[in-house]
Amino acid sequence: MADLRARTAPYRAVLASRVRAQRSYRANFLLDLTSSLLVGLVELAEVWVVFRSVHSLGGLDLAAVVLVFGVADLAFSLADLGFGHCDTLPTYLRAGTLDVFYLRPQPLLLQLVTSDISLRRLARAAVGIAALVAGLALNDVPWGARAVGLLALALVSGVATFAAMFVWAGGAQFFLVDGAEATNAFVYGGRYSATQPASVWTRPLVVVFGFVFPMAFTAYLPVVTLLGLPGPAWMPAWLGWCAPLAALWAWALALVTWRAGVRHYQGGGG
Amino acid sequence: MSTPRTIVETEGLGRDFKVRDGVRRRTVVAVVDLSLRITAGESVGYIGANGAGKSTTIKMLTGILVPTRGTVSTCGLRPVPDRKRLAREVGVVFGQRTQLWWDLPVRESLRILAAIHSLGSVAERERTDELVERLELADFLATPVRQLSLGQRMRAEVAAALLHSPRLVILDEPTIGLDVLSKQRLREFLVAERRLHGTTLLLTTHDMGDVERLCDRILLVDRGSLVFDGTLAGLSRTVGAERVLVVDLAEPTADLAGVPDARHLGSEGGGLRQRLAFDPEVTTAARVLGALAGRAEVVDLAVEEPDVEDVVRRVYAARR
Amino acid sequence: MTVRPYLRLFVAGFRRQSTYRLAALGGLLANTTFGLLKVALLFAAVRTSGGELAGYDVATMSSYIWISQGLLGSINLTGRTEIAERIRSGDVAVDFLRPVDVHLASVTTEVGRSTFALLPRAVPSVAIGAVLVGMALPGSAWGYLLGAVGLVLGLLVSATTVYLVGAAGFWLVETRGVALLYMVVSGFLAGMFVPIGLFPGWLHAVATASPFPSMMMYPVDILSGRVEGLAALGLTGLQLGWLTATVAVGQVATRAGRRRLEVQGG
Repeated sequence: MADLRARTAPYRAVLASRVRAQRSYRANFLLDLTSSLLVGLVELAEVWVVFRSVHSLGGLDLAAVVLVFGVADLAFSLADLGFGHCDTLPTYLRAGTLDVFYLRPQPLLLQLVTSDISLRRLARAAVGIAALVAGLALNDVPWGARAVGLLALALVSGVATFAAMFVWAGGAQFFLVDGAEATNAFVYGGRYSATQPASVWTRPLVVVFGFVFPMAFTAYLPVVTLLGLPGPAWMPAWLGWCAPLAALWAWALALVTWRAGVRHYQGGGG
Repeated sequence: MSTPRTIVETEGLGRDFKVRDGVRRRTVVAVVDLSLRITAGESVGYIGANGAGKSTTIKMLTGILVPTRGTVSTCGLRPVPDRKRLAREVGVVFGQRTQLWWDLPVRESLRILAAIHSLGSVAERERTDELVERLELADFLATPVRQLSLGQRMRAEVAAALLHSPRLVILDEPTIGLDVLSKQRLREFLVAERRLHGTTLLLTTHDMGDVERLCDRILLVDRGSLVFDGTLAGLSRTVGAERVLVVDLAEPTADLAGVPDARHLGSEGGGLRQRLAFDPEVTTAARVLGALAGRAEVVDLAVEEPDVEDVVRRVYAARR
Repeated sequence: MTVRPYLRLFVAGFRRQSTYRLAALGGLLANTTFGLLKVALLFAAVRTSGGELAGYDVATMSSYIWISQGLLGSINLTGRTEIAERIRSGDVAVDFLRPVDVHLASVTTEVGRSTFALLPRAVPSVAIGAVLVGMALPGSAWGYLLGAVGLVLGLLVSATTVYLVGAAGFWLVETRGVALLYMVVSGFLAGMFVPIGLFPGWLHAVATASPFPSMMMYPVDILSGRVEGLAALGLTGLQLGWLTATVAVGQVATRAGRRRLEVQGG
């Protein structure tokens, strides 16, 4: 245990200093918190507006979709908290910070991930929590060990999956010039897709956000499994339990992309 | 098999870049065919014009770039595969970018770096105290890095690079933009560090003053190739590098030709300002000035160092 | 009053955007992705409601989605403008010394920027949408005309309204809160997320009582053919009304702000 503390000491030191730095900019921080909160509320309102006009969409009613939104948004906010800065890799490249990472006796990706933390995402997480709680209250959830297990599994896997998306985006940016918008399509588009009932998706969307970037596994499928709702034709009911597999796949994709990106940056392959 | 005393060894090292030139793709050869050997305790100046391949070479030495050709070994390790181990043996000071945390006090940056390099608390304290004292950091230890002057920041950078007592220290343009006093203090520190700890220094610079005061050995690179490897004296002899004495006179005077050991380069303002070149191996600025005493009244003077571009050009010319 | 300086400002705002070409491609990818996701969701909504939802059928909904995605880069939803920073820092005092109206100059630059952003974003977005999904178009030449006019008016209203956020800087020390609120509210009420036709009654009333729908929702409804004839003309009239109002307020605010700067000195 002591060894673990010693080995993580440099990472904890940097993160702690980033936390302190962000909290010291008092006024800005409060403003950022408020903005995150409001943006989250508006996105929830968007979902609400659609679902109150139709009552049921893709097998989900308003109560169910609020739950999906809650799980997805909370998982995304927590992932954004720790990994959100990874897709701003071009900033690190331009400032030469990445070269400085090379000079330290630590893995590059780990240095990148622990180099910053976005505390203001906590406010966004608050929106997710509120939606999650509301969703749990509004729905007929068959409470028990199964339900709790499924939810916990979904949340943890969801955080891992979204975190992998940020890392993937960072790795992809080694290849793209000013490529932030291209990866945004899948990182933030992915977040948006995760709050939707996947049963309304067309086939290309199913391929991209169901399997390549497994967004459907972060919230929609677990909720469908939890509430015993009919899922889409291409996904059997028990897939909600496969969220961890989706997370593993997402991380595999992210790490491969990261390594390819680093190799491209260094200009070698052997 | 390299002995532990060899700090850097390269054999036929080369690096190409593919550059997009409009529609076509060009290959730019940044480093051609570099073979050199640096042993422990040496102090090497690596000079060349911009774009000559200095930064690329350093990146290959430290494992940031993979060579296109040839081999490289730093501190007995292969830079790319053994990057993390190498990081413990090497310290790098970049003139243009920072290793410190921008919005944190200097003390905080040093503490984090100590944790990164797994220094024990005793070693950390002793080494930090030593560096703080010798680099005179005490006055601004609590100041955030972004509020430091360039001179202060460079001293903090040097402390950061040396905190883990590396065997090899690479400095990339460390005195650029510094005033004369700061340059001098930094150079004195580096000389002392070498003496105390036997650290090997590799210094890239544009400033011949750095080279003169810090380096035993000079590597001169031009367009990716090593064109000179020897001592400063050797370089001066090869190149005939001169210093230029610029004197402002009290009144317009005829060209000051025929001054012993000095060559008249030119006059401005009808003879108010005159430039005299002299070989520092043969005479000094003071002596040249003295020789002018009878002939004109000097109200102001300056001494120009030969710049790196000039030296490079002369080396090239001398080789033909 | 000469027009030439304003023309030059328009071109300058226009030209600055051309350096962001690669980013524009990425933006197009983002547009398409979000567009397809919205299509999936909103089409399902329309179909569940028996093929018609708040006056939208699948085709008009498609037009709404792709045109609104395309306009994302042109309508200012951030609440931030260059002039806002200059007003906040007081640098605008220098601008007042020039023989150009500060308010109109700022609006013109913003419109130039907006218009240029149409090329890499709006046109391809609409083209992709038309090819991939198909969309509805105005039923008559009248519709095309009013739609085009409406688009232009929409960009103008966006520029003149966002100027007011910056103008608040003449009186407020910290305008970031206002910009923030603008960012959150503008997109929502302009119909960027969902057509305001789907809003519950009270929310719809709030939206129509604001200039935001004039920026995008009204021209999009005309271009998709959802609103035609006299009703379309009415929407255009509303846009003109809001344009006049925001320009008037902008002029008053700028003059008052200038007086305030002069009184404060510096």
